[in-house]
Amino acid sequence: MYNYKMALTPEEVEILEGRHGEVLGKIMKTIVMYGDTFGASKLVPISSEYGHLVTSFGLSIMKPVYKLMDEIIDAGLLSKQKFTVDPRPLDFENVPSNFLQRTVFKIMYGKQEDYEAQLKKIGLLSDNGFTCTCYLDEVGNTPKMGDILSWAESSAVVYANSVLGARCNRNSGIIEMFGSILGKVPYFGLLTDEGRKANWVIEVRTSHLPEAQILGSAIGMKVMDDVPYIKGLTQHLGNELNKHVKDYLKDMGAATASNGAVGLYHIEDLTPEAKELGTKLIVDNPKIYVIDDKELNRVKESYPIMWKDINAKPKLCFIGCPHLSLEQMIQWTKEIKEALKAYNNHKVLIPTVMTASVSVIEEFKKYPEAKDLLNMGVNISYICPLMYMNNPLCGKMPVMTNSNKLRTYTTARYYTDSEIIEAITKGGSN
Amino acid sequence: MKEFKGRVVVPGTAKAPALVSRDGFNTLASFQKSLMFNDKNATCSDQNNRDLYKKKMAGKALCLPQTIGSTTGGLVLYCASAMKVAPACLLFSKQIDSLAAAGAILSDVWTDSKLPTIDSLGEEFLEYVKDDMIIEILEDGVVIVSDM
Repeated sequence: MYNYKMALTPEEVEILEGRHGEVLGKIMKTIVMYGDTFGASKLVPISSEYGHLVTSFGLSIMKPVYKLMDEIIDAGLLSKQKFTVDPRPLDFENVPSNFLQRTVFKIMYGKQEDYEAQLKKIGLLSDNGFTCTCYLDEVGNTPKMGDILSWAESSAVVYANSVLGARCNRNSGIIEMFGSILGKVPYFGLLTDEGRKANWVIEVRTSHLPEAQILGSAIGMKVMDDVPYIKGLTQHLGNELNKHVKDYLKDMGAATASNGAVGLYHIEDLTPEAKELGTKLIVDNPKIYVIDDKELNRVKESYPIMWKDINAKPKLCFIGCPHLSLEQMIQWTKEIKEALKAYNNHKVLIPTVMTASVSVIEEFKKYPEAKDLLNMGVNISYICPLMYMNNPLCGKMPVMTNSNKLRTYTTARYYTDSEIIEAITKGGSN
Repeated sequence: MKEFKGRVVVPGTAKAPALVSRDGFNTLASFQKSLMFNDKNATCSDQNNRDLYKKKMAGKALCLPQTIGSTTGGLVLYCASAMKVAPACLLFSKQIDSLAAAGAILSDVWTDSKLPTIDSLGEEFLEYVKDDMIIEILEDGVVIVSDM
């Protein structure tokens, strides 16, 4: 048997010894080894109502994962909590693709149906439960302050930790599913008070509210997997955690997590733990990073352009990685409409896809802006833009995006929100 | 020849030529194409990794600071191990990150292909080791690096 280091209860030891079944024993061994690696003192119960899995895609290359899922299903093991999952990789109806691209997609994601059937057997919450923004009201997987989670999606983990005050480590796929099956996770890192202390102070000294995606990128690239405490942002953002501010933090956080490996940030006078504990959250002698207009410009200019022809006209624009909120969908619609009017155009000049969860899209369709958006030629999809760009054929296309996460993991090129608006309504920008 | 001592994350022994990534190793980006096209050499497909791009990773002693990128990283390493295209071992100069640890542990518990892993080898290790130097790792976390 594995020679564990953390303190385990008699029942946990029984499980580890395989006395509750071989497969459950292997799951326990994986989680205990994982915790021991990071000095976990014990296992603690997950307290959130729902889990969330990062692996949403039935990529043909992941055969070992499907075999492992079958082992779990055959052993009769279910997740102790229902879970949502990251966005689906395919949406032929709403995302432009040619015959060849569709053929490649069908081969690449040939296991999608089988994999979704496996997810249902283990504990998928619902057919609509595919989104990276599971924490939005419309989706309903919103952890409470202090909840212990077993999640892996990096943008969701950093949001849950920072904005909601829940507690979750930056786990890998499969590990988070094992945690949900056991109902327990190892107690280390961001689950502990000590691990949530900031070892960086970020001083925001910009002349205006920074672009969320660039600010997050700058912070992520600087602090990597450390915890930053951000000062000076509330002078532009205010100190009320309203929907607009939460959307800003959603996008900023996703960039910190993908351009670096941030799992938690605190914002002075704004995020829940910073409001409660203030500068007590900062360790002695923290590292300092000053961000001004010049620094943000430097960071933006440092992004490599992965297009073959940097002067190419964009063939597609993705808005919504992470998925958009309802308020963002409405706001983007209004801004596109105004800009089209200003430039005397009626439809967007670059094929544009706005992405959101099925639940948000269904709610959005109740608003007049939904018709406006479709009339302007913008598509709405529940797809994961990252998965779309993983198709080698799509990866060669000049795709523009306002997502720093999409830019980081694919060949998509980053533009600010206002640059996107101008490019898709006025045309000719690259 | 030089010896380094690190912490054993996943025990095991291995002897293999070194493959060195000075920057963070993006697991998904590195393995994506090779897993997709069943490339037995596991040729690195991460265009952003100037040290490893287009180099063969299967069977090498992969020396790196930490892994970076998508939180699918652990399951990608697990898939590489299960499909017998993983490196012979993982050697980290820094403390291992949670994604790589997951991948190494999943490989150990759920596959026949072990992926011995040692971390905390120090900056000096990454400064000393070069591609194709022969690396031998022992059960107790000792890493012996021999010149070509």
